[in-house]
Amino acid sequence: MGHLAESTGNYLDLAPPARLVVLVTCIQRRTGAATQQVLLDDEERVDTVDRWDESHHGKGLIKPPDQLELTEAELKEEFTRILTANNPHAPANIVLYNSKECCYKPTVVEQMIVHFVVEGSLLHQDSDEARRQKAKGGLPEETATFDTGAGPDEAKPETLDTPADDEGGAGEEDRPDSVASKTNQKKEAKVTNQFDYSERACQNLNNPHRQIGCQPEPPPRSNFSSLANQWVIYDAYMEELQKQERNKEKQKAAPSKKDPDNTKRAVVSTDSHGHDISKVRKAVKIIERMVNQNTFDEIAQDFKYYEDDSDEFRAQEGTLLPLWKFQYDQAKGLSVTALCWNKKYQDLFAVGMGSYDFNKQEHGLLVFYSLKNTAFPEYSYPTKSGILCIDIHEQHSYLVAVGFYDGCVAVYNLNKEGMDAVHKSTAKTGKHTDPVWQVRWQKDDLDNNHNFYSVSSDGRVASWTLVKNELVFTDVIKLSLNGAMSEGTEGSQQPIIACGTAFDFHKEIDYLFLVGTGEGKIHKCSKTYSSHFLETYVAHSMAVDAVKWNHFHPKVFISCSSDWTIKIWDHTINTPIFTFDLNAAVGDVSWSPYSSTVFSAVTIDGTVHVFDLNINKYEAICQPAVMAKKKGKLTRVEFNPIHPIIIVGDDRGYVTSLKLSPNLRKKPKAKKGQELATGPEVEVAKMDKLLSLLQQPENSTA
Amino acid sequence: MAGTGEGKKEEADYKRLHCFPLIRETDMPEEMKVETMELCVTACEKFATNNESAAKMIKESMDKKFGSSWHVVIGEGFGLEVTHEVKNMLYMFFGGSLAVCVWRCS
Repeated sequence: MGHLAESTGNYLDLAPPARLVVLVTCIQRRTGAATQQVLLDDEERVDTVDRWDESHHGKGLIKPPDQLELTEAELKEEFTRILTANNPHAPANIVLYNSKECCYKPTVVEQMIVHFVVEGSLLHQDSDEARRQKAKGGLPEETATFDTGAGPDEAKPETLDTPADDEGGAGEEDRPDSVASKTNQKKEAKVTNQFDYSERACQNLNNPHRQIGCQPEPPPRSNFSSLANQWVIYDAYMEELQKQERNKEKQKAAPSKKDPDNTKRAVVSTDSHGHDISKVRKAVKIIERMVNQNTFDEIAQDFKYYEDDSDEFRAQEGTLLPLWKFQYDQAKGLSVTALCWNKKYQDLFAVGMGSYDFNKQEHGLLVFYSLKNTAFPEYSYPTKSGILCIDIHEQHSYLVAVGFYDGCVAVYNLNKEGMDAVHKSTAKTGKHTDPVWQVRWQKDDLDNNHNFYSVSSDGRVASWTLVKNELVFTDVIKLSLNGAMSEGTEGSQQPIIACGTAFDFHKEIDYLFLVGTGEGKIHKCSKTYSSHFLETYVAHSMAVDAVKWNHFHPKVFISCSSDWTIKIWDHTINTPIFTFDLNAAVGDVSWSPYSSTVFSAVTIDGTVHVFDLNINKYEAICQPAVMAKKKGKLTRVEFNPIHPIIIVGDDRGYVTSLKLSPNLRKKPKAKKGQELATGPEVEVAKMDKLLSLLQQPENSTA
Repeated sequence: MAGTGEGKKEEADYKRLHCFPLIRETDMPEEMKVETMELCVTACEKFATNNESAAKMIKESMDKKFGSSWHVVIGEGFGLEVTHEVKNMLYMFFGGSLAVCVWRCS
């Protein structure tokens, strides 16, 4: 009797008029709270009562007030309903424009609606994943089958998901894995998954690629040429046969043809070994210098660049900064007796070593140091007797004249190899009988021969000339207490010979020179006059140790002596202009090459005194103690021609170099508006000013 | 005539008798020299009529033993001017009339 239609499940397909009725009644019903059923006819009303009231099936019906009134016939009318699978909500006539055919075409409308989806985690036992898991751990048999049995059912609806599905099954693919892994708990091997496994990676620095290529030298080649003719071959054989016969006669077995080849080869191989060391020598020298400069790098920097800033605050004083100390093993026990800078190579200086002690006369040493290699001398020449003085030739700086304690003079040539002097004077060739205190090179004479002068305690000033590899001497002057005497004595009175202890030639006037004697007198002499002194100055009470002309001023010279004094003279005046008392025997005094008023002196108490007459006329402006008083005496001092350093030699064989601070090298200040003139004229003028100051009050001297 | 004929025979005998290998010029080290010389002698005796094959044999053996780029010349009358690697050159006479020059230059 009719169909009961529940709201869930099937759909109705009724004839249009009845549908309207049904819909209306459906709506009516739905708004009501109770679940009521669609009423089709009065009879059915009986059936359509609340479930609660099913017991009242046959009792009176309760009619709602807006119940449709239908006739019996209408009520009995049968309506057929067909249930289809089509979605009543889906539109039936969707059309899409088809560009190809340029018209609207109806599309197929999807009729399927998914109400409910559950994603499962079951696998088919034959699927890949299941096989994988079996291989890893081996699932227990029952669970495996159960899982795989239920698997296909659930897996399939998954694949038919429409995009409109609201479950969003993207993340669920791993579910089978996770479930399977849970079943695999008993096995140790863990399957990697996004929950247990996280990947870490890191990339460290790849070393950059560098291409290195190398090509060795190709093997050496040589050319060979020859001629192969019948007669050549024949000749060769004939020769060979003859040789063999000769060899048989001499009973030699080996074919001698091979020997020349062998010996040739042997000779070639030995040659290559011979020169190894000498090739390396230059490189070794350079490396030695490098190493030394690196070791003493600070000193080298100081030497070049250090300027004592505190000099700005000390108007009158300066300092001497000690730089390198030069010492030589073989020179132990010897004292420095002579220092000389090389004019051409201003970093090279010569040190003469010997002994001042009369009792201790040993060998001597001539040593050359370079500032570039301060650890070891460049050249060293051992000598039989102690050296007392050296002089390096101005133009030919490889020629060195040396005066010895035993009275000999010698000339060394640095260019030549060998430890001996090139020329040496002997007893026959007129060597001095007493120690030679000073030697000086002169300009080449008229015959272009080198010559030098020497002065010695035997009272002779001799001139030595290098004539054709020989040393020829001539006496220039004989010093005597009373006056100069020529070689031939005039009269019965035997002159007492004075000892010459120092001399110096005038810088500009060639023939003029000064000689200091052991009695404390200084004689001004001329090369041309051998019998007279031009002038005699009573200088000191003890022997004159050094006499030096001023480098700039043509009239001024300085002298020092063991009587503790230094005196500065104008050679036209008999009395000294300045006198300095240094409280200790003065070993050496030296003018500076850059200023006419600066000079330095060394004393036996180990002090270096630097004077600048422009700044302080009475005292030294710098008096550092270079050596402790007990340790040693300073014997020599020399200024470097261009660098602001001085070298000081002592009686222990050490040479110390000191840098002069700026105060010691002052040039005269320029007045405002005046140009600062440099050069010797200024120096001369400086000195003149000083002299003129003093010559007015003459009693202020001495 | 007979005398000169005999003389010629003697000469030929002379040459043949004195067909020992005679090294004319070489700068090879000793054992290399000996080995090479023996190789050349073997090759020349083997291919007495065919210089090319002899040279081929020598060259190939030298290449195998001492490294590549050997050159070999065998002949009775030729002049040569050759650049060779130092210590890799041998010039010898053999058989009274053959001259063999072996050198290496890559």
